[in-house]
Amino acid sequence: MRNQFAETVTELARTDERVVLLSGDIGNRLFNAYKEIAPERFYNCGIAEANMITMAAGLALSGFKPVAYTITPFITTRCLEQIKVDLCYHNLPVILVGTGSGLSYAELGATHHSCEDIAIMRALPNMTVICTADTTEVRLALTEAMKVDGPVYIRMGKKNEPNVHCSDPIFNIGKGISLTEGKDICIIATGNMVATAMEVSEQLLEKQISTKVVSMHTVKPLDKALLMNIFNEYKHVVTLEEHNVVGGFGSAVAEWYVDNCRHYVNLLRIGTPDRFISHVVSQQDARKKYQLLAEPIADKINKVLEKEKI
Amino acid sequence: MIDIYRLEKKARQIRGQLVETSHKCHVPHLGGCLSCVDILVALYWQILKIDPEEPNKQGSDKFILSKGHAAHALFTTLAYKGFFDRQLLDNYGGLDNPLGEHPLPNCVSGVEIATGSLGHGLSFALGMALAAKLKQQSQKFFVLMGDGEINEGSVWEAALFAPMHQLDNVIAIIDYNKWQATGRSAEVMSLESITEKWQAFGWEAMAVDGHNMEQLLLTLKAAKKVKGKPIAIIADTVKGKGISFMQDDNNWHYRIPTNDEVMTAKKELGLIK
Ligand SMILES: Cc1ncc(C[n+]2csc(CCOP(=O)(O)OP(=O)(O)O)c2C)c(N)n1
Repeated sequence: MRNQFAETVTELARTDERVVLLSGDIGNRLFNAYKEIAPERFYNCGIAEANMITMAAGLALSGFKPVAYTITPFITTRCLEQIKVDLCYHNLPVILVGTGSGLSYAELGATHHSCEDIAIMRALPNMTVICTADTTEVRLALTEAMKVDGPVYIRMGKKNEPNVHCSDPIFNIGKGISLTEGKDICIIATGNMVATAMEVSEQLLEKQISTKVVSMHTVKPLDKALLMNIFNEYKHVVTLEEHNVVGGFGSAVAEWYVDNCRHYVNLLRIGTPDRFISHVVSQQDARKKYQLLAEPIADKINKVLEKEKI
Repeated sequence: MIDIYRLEKKARQIRGQLVETSHKCHVPHLGGCLSCVDILVALYWQILKIDPEEPNKQGSDKFILSKGHAAHALFTTLAYKGFFDRQLLDNYGGLDNPLGEHPLPNCVSGVEIATGSLGHGLSFALGMALAAKLKQQSQKFFVLMGDGEINEGSVWEAALFAPMHQLDNVIAIIDYNKWQATGRSAEVMSLESITEKWQAFGWEAMAVDGHNMEQLLLTLKAAKKVKGKPIAIIADTVKGKGISFMQDDNNWHYRIPTNDEVMTAKKELGLIK
């Protein structure tokens, strides 16, 4: 995803002279192409994320379109006050791009995990929160984010994530994308768990369970019309994210449900547990330990449906 | 008399081990590990008042690796010094192995603090130093930071606080290896003149050749005697030090050596013929 980000931001900077790329001393060589086309609009801001964010605010106030990039925990929680006050309070068009989100850097320890960023970013007024599922979504999200007149946070994985889109879908910020249709259950996934949701749906199909899968890339603002359709149509809805179940995407859906639905729907929220994850050797290993692989998720869903039959 | 040769040999062995484990277990950040090996050896073999059997004994000196991505160097040093079984290095980063790319809280004996997000270690040390003053204990708190790491504003918040409170029990060491992740430190930020900066902030600032064992020991000992001021030691180092093809080549921030490279490195270090 990060290569796609570099490619797209380069394209955008080529055609829009207001684009300024700020990076926090990461991405060695990643931005070589960018630096060739717009060397004067690239700044390595060093290992000083707080300053980077507020400089972005200053640039935005002066008519530029800053895109600030570094590892997810360092572009979100490390500089939260700067994001809240300088970007959100002033409602400035700055795009924050976090790489290695969720458990992408599992083996680096909790300093490099981000399982609270969705919760925190979506609690900030004026902020738009987008979690990208694959390179196609990275490209489309960044392109659309450029048109937003306010702060946007784009959450990405690292690299080599599987593609969920084989062609360009219609991508609008705040509008979910239906990937498969099914009648028994609906899985609404966000970001780097969408691919897993697709796998889950395939596994469920073997058990004659047909699943609708939605990529809900925009966590804020939520696609309320789509949610209403889903909650009217399905008795079982699952949310899926690589993020703490406290406060994340699933919580956002649950909040919407409590406020808007007058009938009972069984909502199953799947995400990471409310604890720091350590002693894992890879993202795959972490997902295995915390039941975030397709198989245990499919089992869990299957159990819920079985119970209903009794 | 201190046997400098013995310490230098220890440093060479640790460098060899780092390169070997990096290859075998895919541990990155060799460059920034190799630059601080001599500092770690000087500290753990001569300077720190700390018992490998009982590192948390009241009144023990503390070392905080603020540049957490050099955990591999710290863990290897601790293993060689007998804080834990050296065999743990064989399966570095493996399943159920406490050694990883960054230190986790209390992961092994001798490491309490989790680092990896840069710019936290100095403030940790200040807090512990304040506590020691309150408890009227006399131990010292050593912190190792990268020259890139000190880009962080939090470092300079601590830098302003410590002299105000005469925290002469804090000794900050900067591994001045002239590189950070994506560039020359002095080309990313206006880092120069680094020693004068700490001086101007009210620290007793000392520059030293970070690969000269004799000088390192003299400087660290002098630092322990300073009264009324915190101490900053600017250790002039080379990223990738000790291995010709890694020295001052920042690709080794991430690169993993091949088997042939491990062999060449060990030959250069005089560990094999
Ligand atoms: C707050 C924070 N921002 C960014 C990073 C990513 N990062 C890891 S190492 C590194 C470079 C560190 O440079 P330096 O302190 O000079 O270490 P050395 O060159 O000695 O390895 C960066 C930017 C991080 N770990 N923490």
